Amino acid sequence: MSISGKAAIVGVYEHPTRWAPDATEFQIMAESARGALADAGLTLADVDGLFAASMTMGAMGTIELAEYLNLKPDYIDGTNVGGSSFVAHVTHAAAAINAGLCEVALILYGSTAASSSVAIGTGMSHGNRGAHESFTSPYGLTTVGSYALVARLHMERYGTTPEQLAEIAVTMRRHAGLNPAAKMRAPITVDDVLSSRMISDPLHLLDCCIISDGGGAVVVTSTERARDLRKQPVLVLGCGEAVAHPEIGSPDLLTVAGAQCGARAFAMAGVRPTDIDLAMVYDSFTITVLATLENLGFCGRGEGGEFVSGGRIGLGGELPVNPDGGGLSNNHPGMRGIFLVIEAAKQLRGECGDRQVAGAKLAVAHGTGGTLGVSHSGATLVLGVE
Amino acid sequence: MADLQHPLVYASWETRGYWEGAGRGELVLQRCEACGTVQHKPRAICATCFADAPRSFVASGRGTVHTYTVTHQNQLPPFAAACPYVMAYVELEEGPRLLTHVVGCDPTEVRVGMPVVVDFQPQERTDGEVFGVPRFRPA
Ligand SMILES: [Zn+2]
Repeated sequence: MSISGKAAIVGVYEHPTRWAPDATEFQIMAESARGALADAGLTLADVDGLFAASMTMGAMGTIELAEYLNLKPDYIDGTNVGGSSFVAHVTHAAAAINAGLCEVALILYGSTAASSSVAIGTGMSHGNRGAHESFTSPYGLTTVGSYALVARLHMERYGTTPEQLAEIAVTMRRHAGLNPAAKMRAPITVDDVLSSRMISDPLHLLDCCIISDGGGAVVVTSTERARDLRKQPVLVLGCGEAVAHPEIGSPDLLTVAGAQCGARAFAMAGVRPTDIDLAMVYDSFTITVLATLENLGFCGRGEGGEFVSGGRIGLGGELPVNPDGGGLSNNHPGMRGIFLVIEAAKQLRGECGDRQVAGAKLAVAHGTGGTLGVSHSGATLVLGVE
Repeated sequence: MADLQHPLVYASWETRGYWEGAGRGELVLQRCEACGTVQHKPRAICATCFADAPRSFVASGRGTVHTYTVTHQNQLPPFAAACPYVMAYVELEEGPRLLTHVVGCDPTEVRVGMPVVVDFQPQERTDGEVFGVPRFRPA
């Protein structure tokens, strides 16, 4: 029994803050919840499913969050698989709603990573005791470095160039220029990217996402109930989740989790990559976009460098990617997955003004959590409007 | 590049053999006696056939650079002072790919496919443990 089309996104809200030194994560989540519920035409009293993750919520963080919101949900999901968590939450919510375990699911994220000076890319310690960390911490593997290992291998195997990776950053910045809420809006060139300082060769500063504060909320309910609500329902047509890791010592660094969960999501939705009008792709780094597009099947393996060039992933191109400016230029509070869902929904509802993908009916949102190059999660959604 | 003293490693029961081996100047991998699979990282079970107690053996220490990155920025001590340093996956003759450092040459000289051989840095510890950290240098 497929859950394709049985649940819908009915409310979304991207918190406008990019710098919130006086706010808490829960405050940002609550303000986002208010926005998304208003968008849906619902209230907190309608919510019976609570889903959340953040960089600081502990094992029982969802219980603390329920208290903060004075909410007593019938269904709780604190799945944290990194930045893709919220994409996975939509899948979990659709399944729970379809199973009759809850009816209105509220998915929340908040972060003060920037104002709390969290050095996500090149200076965050995860300790030295975990099964993973005990083998990476003695060597000082950074988040950027882990992705750089993938970028180097892609270049070596397929001849991908730094200019092609830079093209992705340039495109995201151009999109951000059309998004009044984006943190970094001034146009950049390929030369700007290549002349920015090297962080972990071959990734330069401008190959890396920004760090901001922020948060957001998504409301999911049954498609049946969605038809009576304020906004056009955005149907969950396909979904999938996967993990990829170093296995027993033989990691295929260029096969990311998206290969597995993307195929599943497309199959469930009954569509092909060529049917998709826009893609929201987690862009922690330029290489993340390139590897993800290949693994989701938007182009062949090794063809990513060519695919991201020539305006193909820009607005007006064959496959617009991240019209909001992405994590490279709009916002990146550490776990970006929720913004992939929010922007995809707004695009499908035709609400995006200057950055609107004309006539968008079918979108893919793909989140990556953890780090390519070592272990990571992937979560894919195929979303559509009638 | 300043000479990097690797941070003290943590050994669990499952990984102790690896770090003790490095302390003796040996690169220790596991091979399952039931199915013959070589695995890294070390585990109490074989993750291929689920048999107990894969047997430790000393690897050749030879391999090639599978991919690498020259790290130019890491705020964490002691790495901040050691930049630029070379992180790499080294593919061992026995199969597994290890995350490690390439040392003993200028970072600009490292190439994918470059033959390398293991090299150990003994750890200066006060807890009585004799552990080392495997790195690789050009063969
Ligand atoms: Zn076995």
